[in-house]
Amino acid sequence: MSAPVDSLSQPRFVAGDNGDRLLQVSLGPQHPSTHGVFRMNVDLDGETVVRLKPVFGYLHRNHEKIAESATYLGSIPYTDRLDYICSLTNNWAYALAVEKLAGIEVPERAEYLRIITAELTRLINHTAFAGFILGDMGAWGSALMYAFREREKILDLFEDLTGARMMCNYMRFGGCRCDTPEGWVDRAKKVVAEYPAFLDELEQLLLGNEILLARTRDVGALPAATLLDGGITGPLLRAAGCAYDVRKVDGYGLYSRFKFRVPLGGHGDCYDRIMIRFLEMRESLAILREALDTLPAGPVINPKVKVRAFKPPVGEAYARIEGPKGELGFYLVSDGSPRPYRYRVRPPSFINLTLLEDMCLGRDLADVVVILGSIDIVLGEVDR
Amino acid sequence: MNPEPAVILEQIRAAVPAARPVLLRNPGPAGQDSILLDTASAQDVFRFLKTAPGLEFDLLSNLTGTDWPEPATAHSVGVPPEIPPPPAQGFLEVVCHLYSTLRREGPLVVRMRTADRAEGAHLPTLTPVYRSAEFQEREVFDLFGVVFEGHPDLRRILMWDEFHDFPMRRDYVAPDDYEYEPTPHEAVWERAKEHYAVPDGTSETGAPAPPQSLGLADEAACEAACSPLREERDRLSPNPPASDREVTP
Amino acid sequence: MAVDPDLQETMRRAGVHVTSFEQLIDWGRSNSLWPLQFGLACCAIEMIAATMARYDMARFGAEVFRPSPRQADLMIVAGTVTKKMAPQVVRLYNQMAEPKYVIAMGACAISGGPFKEGYNVLKGIDRFVPVDIVIPGCPPRPEALLDGLMALQTKIRQEKLLGPNRARHASASIPGDVPVPIFGPHDLEPSANRAIWNPPTIPRKPDVA
Repeated sequence: MSAPVDSLSQPRFVAGDNGDRLLQVSLGPQHPSTHGVFRMNVDLDGETVVRLKPVFGYLHRNHEKIAESATYLGSIPYTDRLDYICSLTNNWAYALAVEKLAGIEVPERAEYLRIITAELTRLINHTAFAGFILGDMGAWGSALMYAFREREKILDLFEDLTGARMMCNYMRFGGCRCDTPEGWVDRAKKVVAEYPAFLDELEQLLLGNEILLARTRDVGALPAATLLDGGITGPLLRAAGCAYDVRKVDGYGLYSRFKFRVPLGGHGDCYDRIMIRFLEMRESLAILREALDTLPAGPVINPKVKVRAFKPPVGEAYARIEGPKGELGFYLVSDGSPRPYRYRVRPPSFINLTLLEDMCLGRDLADVVVILGSIDIVLGEVDR
Repeated sequence: MNPEPAVILEQIRAAVPAARPVLLRNPGPAGQDSILLDTASAQDVFRFLKTAPGLEFDLLSNLTGTDWPEPATAHSVGVPPEIPPPPAQGFLEVVCHLYSTLRREGPLVVRMRTADRAEGAHLPTLTPVYRSAEFQEREVFDLFGVVFEGHPDLRRILMWDEFHDFPMRRDYVAPDDYEYEPTPHEAVWERAKEHYAVPDGTSETGAPAPPQSLGLADEAACEAACSPLREERDRLSPNPPASDREVTP
Repeated sequence: MAVDPDLQETMRRAGVHVTSFEQLIDWGRSNSLWPLQFGLACCAIEMIAATMARYDMARFGAEVFRPSPRQADLMIVAGTVTKKMAPQVVRLYNQMAEPKYVIAMGACAISGGPFKEGYNVLKGIDRFVPVDIVIPGCPPRPEALLDGLMALQTKIRQEKLLGPNRARHASASIPGDVPVPIFGPHDLEPSANRAIWNPPTIPRKPDVA
């Protein structure tokens, strides 16, 4: 009989399944490698993980409950704060769900702007990921310093476009809130043109690094069928060789117009997961170059949509996008009133943690930190 | 590509006759019609949907709950043609969105409903069929109070273990900790106004002052409230002495 | 005993620096604040950004983020404090060694911010922990955090170590730790520490109908 996992205490001994004495360690909620306030209760036999129980809820800030008492428009700023590194993709998933719910068309220029901002967001996320996972391996600061230097350049673009660095609150049902300021496209082109040089630099710094190879190869690998059963989507699934990208499958927005490849991994270990993100950044840059070159003129929001006093018809809708961390979905039920009757976020970070225990069993405690880092979670989305 | 629930419904009827599936039309423009299952054989149906050739819904993307304390509201959102009238005390519903990664199809919306919102709030777990249901079912248990029979580890997931309520239910009342709200509005004002002492009692209708009158009662009270703050500010950043600013060459 | 600023300036021009022990200590403490590496939510990303290349908090002597509360002087409460997290935040505060300071960064840490209506959101960390500096914003920009840090440095430089007005940490009679709330069936118990959090009752204007 093991002790209840939720009692907060000092490290202590618990009984294992076959009567061993196991050391139970509570990792988090305040721990430098848990990416916020995530907590795991790990039972260890020596250094080896025998049992791992994640504990959630330390950032459960009732997004869904608040959204059910707010108007449809009033929830957009809250979606910014779900996955707070990628506010624009969250905006898009929510706007897409409302557009499905009410049957709204989006003008072409707005779709292009959505793709541009979403791919820039993917760049930010994957760049920061590379910095954070190096921090998890002990190289705190150096890789992150490079990553955040580049992130600031994209944040400058967001600030010019939306007025905010992180919480952009940019997309609306039927389009985007405002058009690009003068010269923005040229500045964006410049950032995109300079990005490959940074990626070369970072790849040179990281990917051949002996320590990184030793810490990540063959760590945390699971077969693709198991991952799919666990609901795991996004770069993790593709690193295990399953070609499933919502941008290709659903073709939402205007992604079907753009030429890009879906990189796949072969092993599904942590190294593949890092590599996949680097390859995805290259593809995002290809999409960005094409979108910025062919950005059409026109309105950025459907003028027929009454964004304020918005009342969708009775019904329900589920919409999803390929977020930087996986499949981000919104499920909305409307009873015809100005507030959603049910508002649900399908958070990729949360569901990707379903198989965390399976990935970590039999590994050392130090590998747990790397595996968690390779899943790439943001607690605002895990706990909502 | 969207699946056709009407066709899949016939396949379920043939494969698992006990399931008694019902098609629910989605009245909205999204067109995602759904299948309502009888709870007793739900696991068999999901196993069938996951493995049957031509269906292969291998990804349970989303599983969540909805609270319907008023069954009439539930009916206005999705009116089933032949379903018996729901119990008067309302029910809880679990909604699943399934995708097929092989055939690139989805979402297939499948629902289950509990008998009522109290003792009868039980549903079979889907965790043996889809591992991704594990944490999501725990979340529905935590926030809505649906007990999933057969779940391997059904504990609260987001709230603490000692918590008693089910906060996502529509009749949940949050604890009142709105004692100090300097700038209340809308919902916060509604909760906060009970804590405010209105000097002259209440208005003619007996209701407290409306949120428009946010000014302090009188100048003296304002001065009393603000002067410690002002002193603190002056203490923190006094004007620097003149000598600091003038540097003689 | 404070040094006369005019005398100090005169001597400084002559190449002699005269100071009191108190000023020297406060000067040293204010310029080597070690924050706790402790992020809660969105604001934590801006806190990290403030330490990175462009904003470089190292210029103010506060770049040494310590993962252990035992080695930290400054807790930057960066993000939403939920009721589930509040006991842990209070515990971390208690584990820090004196002298210790708290910055409430962002609207959520100050008052619950946009998530105020949430059932699991603590409406301000000052309900349980004494707060020295508040930085408004959602999230505050890195510049705002730097400004808040400088305000804290100003505050530390003016602290008295002796005498009746001495700083909180310098008087043995004031306890350095605060009680930790426990999880109740509906809410935290108690829902606020009334010994340190006493909000004024705000009188309202009567209805002018």
